[in-house]
Amino acid sequence: MTSTTVAPPATAAPVAQEKVRRGWTQHGLLFVAPFLLIYLAFLVWPTVLGFRMSLSSVNIAGGNNHLVGFANYAEAFADPRMWRSLWNTLVFTVLSTVPLVLLGLGFALLVHHLRFVQWLWRLSFFGPFLLPSAVVSLLWLQMIYPPDYGLINGTLGTKTLWLADPSVAMWSMVLTTVWWTVGFNFLLYLAALQSIPQHLYEAAAIDGASAWDKLRSITLPLLGRTTALIVVLQLLASLKVFDQIYLMTAGGPQDSTRPIIEYAYDVGFTGYRTGYASAVSYILFVLIVIVSLAQLRLFRKRAEVSS
Amino acid sequence: MQDPPPISRRLLLGGSLALAGAAATGCAIPVGLGSSRTRVQYWHFLGASDGIIMNKMVQAFAKDNPDIFVEENVLAWGEPYYTKIAMAGSGGRSPDLATFHLARLAGIGAGQILDPINVKLLEEAGLRGADFSPPIWERAHLDGVLYAIPFDAHPMVQYYNTDICGKAGLLGPDGKLKPTKGVDELVAALGKAKEVMGGKPPLTYDALGIGTVGPWRVWYSLYPQSGGTLLSDDGTKIAIDDAKALEVLRFMRRLGQEGLCDRRTDYGASVANFTNGQAAFLWNGDWETTGLKERKTPFSMTRFPDVFGSGAAQADCHSFVLPHQRNRDPEVERATYRFIAYLVKNSADWAVAGHVPAYLPALEEPEYLALQPQSEYRSVITEVSLDPQVWFAGSASRLWLEFGQAFSPVITGDRTPEEGLAAAKAALARLLSAPDPFPAEERQ
Repeated sequence: MTSTTVAPPATAAPVAQEKVRRGWTQHGLLFVAPFLLIYLAFLVWPTVLGFRMSLSSVNIAGGNNHLVGFANYAEAFADPRMWRSLWNTLVFTVLSTVPLVLLGLGFALLVHHLRFVQWLWRLSFFGPFLLPSAVVSLLWLQMIYPPDYGLINGTLGTKTLWLADPSVAMWSMVLTTVWWTVGFNFLLYLAALQSIPQHLYEAAAIDGASAWDKLRSITLPLLGRTTALIVVLQLLASLKVFDQIYLMTAGGPQDSTRPIIEYAYDVGFTGYRTGYASAVSYILFVLIVIVSLAQLRLFRKRAEVSS
Repeated sequence: MQDPPPISRRLLLGGSLALAGAAATGCAIPVGLGSSRTRVQYWHFLGASDGIIMNKMVQAFAKDNPDIFVEENVLAWGEPYYTKIAMAGSGGRSPDLATFHLARLAGIGAGQILDPINVKLLEEAGLRGADFSPPIWERAHLDGVLYAIPFDAHPMVQYYNTDICGKAGLLGPDGKLKPTKGVDELVAALGKAKEVMGGKPPLTYDALGIGTVGPWRVWYSLYPQSGGTLLSDDGTKIAIDDAKALEVLRFMRRLGQEGLCDRRTDYGASVANFTNGQAAFLWNGDWETTGLKERKTPFSMTRFPDVFGSGAAQADCHSFVLPHQRNRDPEVERATYRFIAYLVKNSADWAVAGHVPAYLPALEEPEYLALQPQSEYRSVITEVSLDPQVWFAGSASRLWLEFGQAFSPVITGDRTPEEGLAAAKAALARLLSAPDPFPAEERQ
């Protein structure tokens, strides 16, 4: 953005910069110090500690604590269950992000243009997002997915094993997740829609633009930044999926839904190998950093283009 | 909104503080300050009918021992339970007593997660090693140190619906199921039951589902019958006899293909079908006994059928362990041993739940012998096939889950027996190559 904006008058610039810099050293550090300390103690230090752990054979009781170098990583890269769970995480991320963004946009457009009982539509789309993951899981597990008496099979007259069939289970998890979390994206889109100035549409109407033209040339471009934000948030959220899958399928059947976080949990807490679990967690950590960096670059380009 | 609040702020604050105080001490009220009762915190995973019986035993103990208060804490069975034990034990502020599956002992880090049993205190409470079934007592030790007190063995058994089997002519003159020997006799009996049931599959067991271990349980009952083993004696190499293992898998698959076994049921559905008379036979652990009795299912039970040369049946044993505590209160410890001794000596009450007592004197008690059908299958105790003594074995362990997962598609027909066995062996190889989190040399 800075590259194309008009530069401020040259004479004022050095003074302003001087002030800012002095402020940072004099008071700024003091103000951020509490946060910085918490950040160091609860984020940076555990991150370092976790990495040290991933190089050891330490167990859940803190015993057997020997440095083993990169043996845990070597084991993880040769572990088909690690790859399977990593693959599941990526599949889940792709399958869930696309409908979550598109449906969020669709619902927001719908509600934005509906003129009656708007609060009811907002509530119905956003409501599920307010439920805790345990409630959502129980609801789908006990009422919607049961093969014999569940809502879906009961209505359609089918006999699908929604959660027990390895070829269906992942789709079931995506469906539940979309129902549960689409409300958040919907809300972000709705807020963005409401901030688009009405006069743009009025001007377009005068020029004889159709509804489709308005959507394509005004609404969607102006929602660009929101979309970018939603995609980033959604990718990160989906990569970190755990609750609903753990509660509904525990990673089964046939490992078809186990995400990488659950695999780390499994080997660490139920398999008692804390060191190995740390290594698996670090593999996910690196993956998330890569995705975030890629997104950041994309974001910056988009920002430059739009300005 | 503008009216002054009816309760002053100070009163409200005081009130809520008092409430919070009451809540904080809530669970301790029965042994409140100044009380002379000793509190023993007891964790177990015994749900449903097992749980009801355990609760009755705890109450009976409380009646006889007014100076001890046993605080029961019932947790969900399976992997989550063992995760909690590991977490509590590693922190050193664990409950005073916990139930445990004996086959998991090798994998839990005895000495780190569990404390050794104080044999002197145990004898003081009136329990001696000689009173227990020797192979089970043996399994409670690691490197000669006692870490668990065995309570029972719970083998796979065969439940049968007496109405259906009667109609199919499968009962002897004494009203008990005529035992079958070998594949052909069993298939013939199932065929007769199928006819009576109008073509519905007569046998059911949990063949699939989330985290199912049914396929493992059935396979590990049948495979050892023909003399097959899983691992070499030292527990380091795969010793599966492919021919024998495949024979069993082919047989399990055949039952499904010929409509003799309901192959697409999970645990809940298999028990429900049998309970409601939708199946003539149920293969399951002995713990469903009480539930079936309560629901008035016309049933009896017997030993797991002899199909491949012996009457072996997969089994594990409930036992008691002391999760690691940094500072164990000697008074609580004494009370704990008294409680354990009470439970073990009253094993006949526990056998109501279906389990075979590990305490030998209980097996001879007329009370136990009168239990029907529980005492019908007690002879299995000499032929139980217990898990190999490795760190990844035992109830709800990786071994069970991996094998359940490998064999489930064989039963449902989605995978060939060869593919199923290959998957199981690959999983076993991975488990063998992964390092033991609690290596023996770290013990104490």
